[in-house]
Amino acid sequence: MDFSIAGILLLDGVTNGAVYALLGLATVLVFTVTRVIFIPQGEFVTYGALTLAMMQTGKTPGTVWLLLILAGVASLMEMTERWRHHGNTGRAVMAGLKTLAFPLAIALLSIWAASQQFPLWVQAALSAAIVAAFGPLVYRVAYQSLEAATPLVLLIVSVGVHFAMTGLGLLFFGAEGFRNPAFWDERFALGPVALGGQAVIIFGVSLALIVLLWLYFEKTLRGKALRATAVNRTGARLMGISTHASGQLTFLMAALIGGLSGLLIGPTTTVFYDSGFLIGLKGFVAAVIAGLSSYPGALVGALFVGIVEAFGAFWASAFKEVIVFTLVLPILLVRSLRSGHSDEDH
Amino acid sequence: MKRGLPIVLLALAVPVIALLPLPDFWIAQLNYIGLYALVSLGLVLLTGVGGLTSFGQAAFVGIGAYTTAWLTLNTGMSPWLTLFVGLALTAISALIVGVITLRMSGHYLPLATIAWGLSLYYLMGNLDALGKYDGLLGLKSLSIGGINLGQGRLFFVLCWAIVIASAVALLNLLDSRPGRAIRSLKGGTQMAEAMGINTFRYKVTIFFIAALFAAVAGWLLAHFQRTVNPSAFGLKMGIEYLFMTVVGGVGYVWGAIVGAGLVKLLDDWLQVALPALIGTSGSYEVIVFGVVLVLVLKYLPEGLWSVVARRFPKPDRVVDWADADDLPVRAKPQNGERVLVIDSIRKQFGGLVAVNDISFDIAAGQIVGLIGPNGAGKSTTFNLITGVLSKTSGRVTFRGEDVSALPSREISRKGMARTFQHVKLIADMTMLENVAMGAYTRGRSGVLSSMLRTNRAEERRLMKEAQRQLERIGMGNYLHEQVGNLAMGQQRLMEIARALCCDPALLLLDEPAAGLRHLEKQALAAVLRQLQGEGMSILLVEHDMDLVMDVCDQLVVMEFGTLLTRGTPAEVQANPAVRAAYLGTEH
Repeated sequence: MDFSIAGILLLDGVTNGAVYALLGLATVLVFTVTRVIFIPQGEFVTYGALTLAMMQTGKTPGTVWLLLILAGVASLMEMTERWRHHGNTGRAVMAGLKTLAFPLAIALLSIWAASQQFPLWVQAALSAAIVAAFGPLVYRVAYQSLEAATPLVLLIVSVGVHFAMTGLGLLFFGAEGFRNPAFWDERFALGPVALGGQAVIIFGVSLALIVLLWLYFEKTLRGKALRATAVNRTGARLMGISTHASGQLTFLMAALIGGLSGLLIGPTTTVFYDSGFLIGLKGFVAAVIAGLSSYPGALVGALFVGIVEAFGAFWASAFKEVIVFTLVLPILLVRSLRSGHSDEDH
Repeated sequence: MKRGLPIVLLALAVPVIALLPLPDFWIAQLNYIGLYALVSLGLVLLTGVGGLTSFGQAAFVGIGAYTTAWLTLNTGMSPWLTLFVGLALTAISALIVGVITLRMSGHYLPLATIAWGLSLYYLMGNLDALGKYDGLLGLKSLSIGGINLGQGRLFFVLCWAIVIASAVALLNLLDSRPGRAIRSLKGGTQMAEAMGINTFRYKVTIFFIAALFAAVAGWLLAHFQRTVNPSAFGLKMGIEYLFMTVVGGVGYVWGAIVGAGLVKLLDDWLQVALPALIGTSGSYEVIVFGVVLVLVLKYLPEGLWSVVARRFPKPDRVVDWADADDLPVRAKPQNGERVLVIDSIRKQFGGLVAVNDISFDIAAGQIVGLIGPNGAGKSTTFNLITGVLSKTSGRVTFRGEDVSALPSREISRKGMARTFQHVKLIADMTMLENVAMGAYTRGRSGVLSSMLRTNRAEERRLMKEAQRQLERIGMGNYLHEQVGNLAMGQQRLMEIARALCCDPALLLLDEPAAGLRHLEKQALAAVLRQLQGEGMSILLVEHDMDLVMDVCDQLVVMEFGTLLTRGTPAEVQANPAVRAAYLGTEH
């Protein structure tokens, strides 16, 4: 291996690492606020990439229909729950419509836009919006009534959601893989290494998102409310912060981050209906490195995972997944030795 | 329902089914169900009972299967030997994963098993020696003494004999000294550790047992299918095993078998029905599985078997220990011995000094009351003495030994027993079983002897002791009651009986009278005096001043983490500083 190969691998690793970082951040975000270990994070990546791919072909993406179905279910659940609670039909219907409104608007817009052959970036923005709309609905349908359950139960629910979302991905996108066109074809020479425009976009978007997240949590009241929910749910509720709303907001952000990651990664690799799982899990490894609690830790961890993967692929390409996922064990060992006893009561 | 009835029915059903003229297809189905049930049984122990979980059971199945496949094909070893090689390899990997992750909070084990399952899957799929994704072909069937067990009825009998034996072993284990320790894991580790139980070791143990069950299933599967390939051992299958267990009833041994059966049949049906419905082939069944999993967790979190179990409540335990030997007792402190010496212990939480250099001591046969207004640091002091919390500084000497740095389970073993301010109990165990946990350190039977039921003599001694302590505390009528159904006061008394089961020299009671009625309080005072008469020392945190003034020889008064005063009840009552602390100063 000479210097230029190392440079290429490093760049490759950092590029992928930037995407894993986003997914790792989303994982940490969801876990700290809701205690949900969100395995299906990767499915949002797939949905994002494939929704755009469908739009490119001028068809209405299957995710739109799925979104409508899910929104219908969520709004029915919201309606019955409100009705049982208050017995007021008018308010129940209003609550149901409120749940339905945003997804319905996005779905209708997408159906209209799908046949219009809009420029790439418009389609990308729509795809991100569609995927983002899934977040609160998934939370509403699968998790909301289990908010008080143990992390273990929530984890098993996550696995169920992952199964369902993968299967639905197959149903709505088919088994065929897609590779999206690059957002920016420019190439820059950095010595022996060529930096692609897509990589620049990946860095830029990742960095921007990380800064936005930081600003959100540090500077806005809503962000502080989410952090409060993360620290103490009961306390947050007593302060008038709704855990339902916090959960849905968190999932909205996670889904948006997932969808954007899918858009970013779409032009660099062929995405199949089940590709998201592995991509998401690598973000996961990054989050585990950070102990599921530290945002900067997840960022560093993600870059590390990306680089290990790139070099692993070069030296032993068949075993690159083995290397990346076995990495978790020594990392956990170090964490376990460092943390000592952390016996906690549930 | 008699405890043994399902076992007997199942054991009878196996030969009958083997002799019935069922089509071979159904025998094969039942064989698969048996194999899956075996893996699920491990998950019942791990997830349902122990509150931990693993998505990597399929990987352990894979280790068992690939070990026997590779060894029998390449070295010609007998499958009956390769079984043990497979078990050994599984044991090693389970220990590594378990020891690394189980010291940390509960969700790291499932995460590690996901990663572990994935990397093992890709390893199996990429190693030339293991035939890459094609796997290994041409394995021999199992045979015993020249009789080929094949793939049909004989294999069915072997497979289900193993399933039934495993189920019985698990049921035996759960109803034993180590079993009670395992059942305590789910509710947090503090109480179990205070009873002298090494909870970390038990967590590793149940993960280990679950992995071995999976490895046996893998070994059977390899010789049943006569080929192995990675697809049966991937993460999807690992998740499916958990799915079976959750659907069947994650807390029930029989739930594992029901779940395995249902999921296998549903899986087969959906794999045909869904593609036909949708019009293209593909594994759409995962959609249904995912949705069903979420629905079950929402609406029937205990699984299908819970419906059956609710209909047939467990019969009371047969009291057969009247003639059992008493447990050995430790030498009690002599009159005048200083049992506990506390030398300026201190606890700081960040900038807050919760306990500020407290010192006092307790002599043999003395009842000392630790009193003070709410938030004075009494319970924290308790936790410092018993090793539940670590001290910032200071020294605790118990019966002449420095126990400052010991964890709570070691301190408990030395004869210091406690109750908790917020009762800590295992709601789905009976009074008797809960109290028997206190005697944990006085028994020694392990997991294996419990599974084989060679622990009966010791069990009878433990139960006899538990009953004795319950009767002593006036709870002799509630031996078989589920603790979760009892009133708060009764639960507190149960905690005292449990602490007494430790055969302590020093008893620490944290608000024992809270929630007791007047007569019960009088009875409690009588018990405390009786214990005192037997030479036991008692440290009491209590808000009921009548009780405190009545039974205590000495009082230690705390306020805002510091020692306000100490003395006899009369002295303390007369002390103006104490009045000020409780009632405010007079102006």
